[in-house]
Amino acid sequence: MNPEAAPAGEAASPDEQRRDFLKKALSVAAGGATMVAPACAGLAVCLDPLRRQAAPGLVVRVTTLEALPEEGVPRKFPILASRVDAWNKTPATPVGAVYLRRTPEGAVQALNVACPHAGCFVDYQSERKGYFCPCHNSAFAVDGKLADTNSPSPRALDELKVEVRNEKEIWVHFQNFQAGHAEKIPVT
Amino acid sequence: MKRLLDWLDERTGYRKLTNEALYEHIPGGARWRYVWGSTLSFCFVVQVITGFALWMAYSPSSQTAWESVFYIQHQMWGGWLLRGIHHFTAQAMIILLVLHLMQVVIDGAYKAPREVNFWTGLVLLQLVLALSLTGYLLPWDQKGFWATKVATNLLGIIPFVGADLQKLVVGGSDYGHHTLTRFFALHAGVLPAMVVALIAGHIWLFRKHGITAKRPYKKKDAYFWPDQVFMDAVACLAVAAAVLLLCVRHKLMGPHGPLGADLGAPADPSEPYSAARPEWYFLFLFQFLKYFPGPLEIWGAIIIPGVVMGVMFLMPKLADRPRGHQFNLALIAVLLAGSGWLTWAAMKQDKADPAYQLAVTEADREAHRAAELAKAPDGIPLAGAVALLRSDPLTQGPKLFSKNCASCHRYDGHDGTGRQPDGPPRAPDLKGFASREWIAGLLDPARVDSNHYFGLTKFNDGKMSKWVKKNVTGYSPEQREQLRKVIAAVSAEAGLRAQRDADARDAATIKEGAALARGDIGCTECHAFQKPDEDATAPLLTGYGSREWLVRFISNPKHGDFYGSRNDRMPAFAESQILDTQSIGILADWLRGEWYVPGRDATAAAK
Repeated sequence: MNPEAAPAGEAASPDEQRRDFLKKALSVAAGGATMVAPACAGLAVCLDPLRRQAAPGLVVRVTTLEALPEEGVPRKFPILASRVDAWNKTPATPVGAVYLRRTPEGAVQALNVACPHAGCFVDYQSERKGYFCPCHNSAFAVDGKLADTNSPSPRALDELKVEVRNEKEIWVHFQNFQAGHAEKIPVT
Repeated sequence: MKRLLDWLDERTGYRKLTNEALYEHIPGGARWRYVWGSTLSFCFVVQVITGFALWMAYSPSSQTAWESVFYIQHQMWGGWLLRGIHHFTAQAMIILLVLHLMQVVIDGAYKAPREVNFWTGLVLLQLVLALSLTGYLLPWDQKGFWATKVATNLLGIIPFVGADLQKLVVGGSDYGHHTLTRFFALHAGVLPAMVVALIAGHIWLFRKHGITAKRPYKKKDAYFWPDQVFMDAVACLAVAAAVLLLCVRHKLMGPHGPLGADLGAPADPSEPYSAARPEWYFLFLFQFLKYFPGPLEIWGAIIIPGVVMGVMFLMPKLADRPRGHQFNLALIAVLLAGSGWLTWAAMKQDKADPAYQLAVTEADREAHRAAELAKAPDGIPLAGAVALLRSDPLTQGPKLFSKNCASCHRYDGHDGTGRQPDGPPRAPDLKGFASREWIAGLLDPARVDSNHYFGLTKFNDGKMSKWVKKNVTGYSPEQREQLRKVIAAVSAEAGLRAQRDADARDAATIKEGAALARGDIGCTECHAFQKPDEDATAPLLTGYGSREWLVRFISNPKHGDFYGSRNDRMPAFAESQILDTQSIGILADWLRGEWYVPGRDATAAAK
């Protein structure tokens, strides 16, 4: 049962040796070829998510100006939009949430509730006048800026563009951004 | 490199292992008849690879199983190929198992001292069959659902434990989420693990006893590597090529049919499925059962197959007796011939059965339609794809018509589904109802009292029929032209999709026709048309054939707006609670040709 000893036992002729090599090469080639289709098909299905794009940024009517407290306290609103989840399509379902507040200048500020550190949803705590992340204790001021130099979050809360239409409707350009980076990189 | 390998060998002893694996001694040299075991191992590896990839996209629940498989098949990269390879390799395994078993028995490789190896092989055969059975259900399409239901119902006839066993396998009293989670756990976890363990034992025992070489030896002795490996690799390549060919068979043989494996319409427990058949390799059992009526069923389903399996397990012992091997050979031959004959008989009966053929055609149509609706812009709702088919007029309309309307009405001469009801029609043919052609036929003196319209109704000699025969027969060419305009005007009330362009183009004609209907032609002497008329005695022409008109008419034809007390035999479908509102709406939509059509509706939405 020794590989060297086995074929050499009968002093193979060069012709036989050549045939032997050819057989080995063809065996490996044929064996490899049998696996090409299953491996490729399996790999393609595994890699399928790479070609899927996240829903592009949405412009969503969230609420009206009357719903926002006068004194600048933030209030959380769900973002309702049509959601595609693989084969399912669901109209008007929550796809995220924003904090809205009136700024001292009289404008409206929108902040994505997802913490830029790892994506947990932050809470506004009125007694501490800021947003706090329940996961790793990131802390943000009421305007979304980092409130703590030791905060695990690499950036401020993600501010979203707001439009006030017809003098009272609040429309938000909703977008999620990749967690963990110092820059705002949209999720695709 | 050499030093690294030396180091590795010292730690693992891999060289010895590789040598033992590769330099198996084969007396009489490599032969093609020894390839079957290797092809089976190859198939199992393919099933594991493709199975893992499918697992990443499959979701076992009654609202997501069909949907996720649809998504794999139609939306994911290479998904159709992946499913196709998994599906057809499973079928190849069945054939290869039979060949392997035949070779082992013919060559006497099952005899002492190889009994245990033969038994592990028989258990592996059963495990592969169990994998096929559990896998057949997982796509949760009509075919798999109803065929598997038969199989699990058969479990119920086992004495004493049958009912409990069935409940355990099904995961409850009826098919549902837990049937899928259980079948999936069996298919992707429990059974493959058992197969791996048994293949390991099978190969170990095979190597322990060595190959049963077929005599007389034709060549000098050889080793597994490379002589036999070469033949095995070529055989595996042939299997792989056959599987790939089956995956693209429809494309090679014409443009019909899907790529890869079929996917039926989503399982619907409320929708009977007359095309239910097990996979072809279980057809012999399916056919066998037909010969065991009622109380004898347990013989066909459990006892006889059990005894046959038992005798097969005893084959190595039988071989010790005089002529035992010959008996075993005869047994295998009889079993194979019997299964082959039963399979052929099952196929022949189905082929000669027009009802079954029609059911298959319908099943194909619904499968195609389900995929069409699932690909539509609205996508699949959370309730699952079955909801799409249940509310689809094109799918449900013909069935509702056949069940509720076709005892009197016809649709293009048949019952809506293409079947021919007994006896002549006793009410109008409703294909194209309210279209210009349909109304023109009604207003044709030669046709109004034909069986296509009022022939076998009590309106055969009614006012309308008399009016048509008396007046229209003598119409001048000008009057005929006027009638044509009236027809366009009445038909436009329906707002039929098929006439949308014509109605828009002929707006002026329609306006003229409406005036003539109220004037010279005189429809409003009996009918109300576009204006309320308390004295009207005939069915309302305002909105004639529109969805609202049809829904109201089907709901209650005895209403004063329609036939009132003169109504013939038509039931008030809503008032008598024969049909619910949704079904009536579906019927109306179907009669009006209102259903989703890919392409057409996509462009309409874009406009």
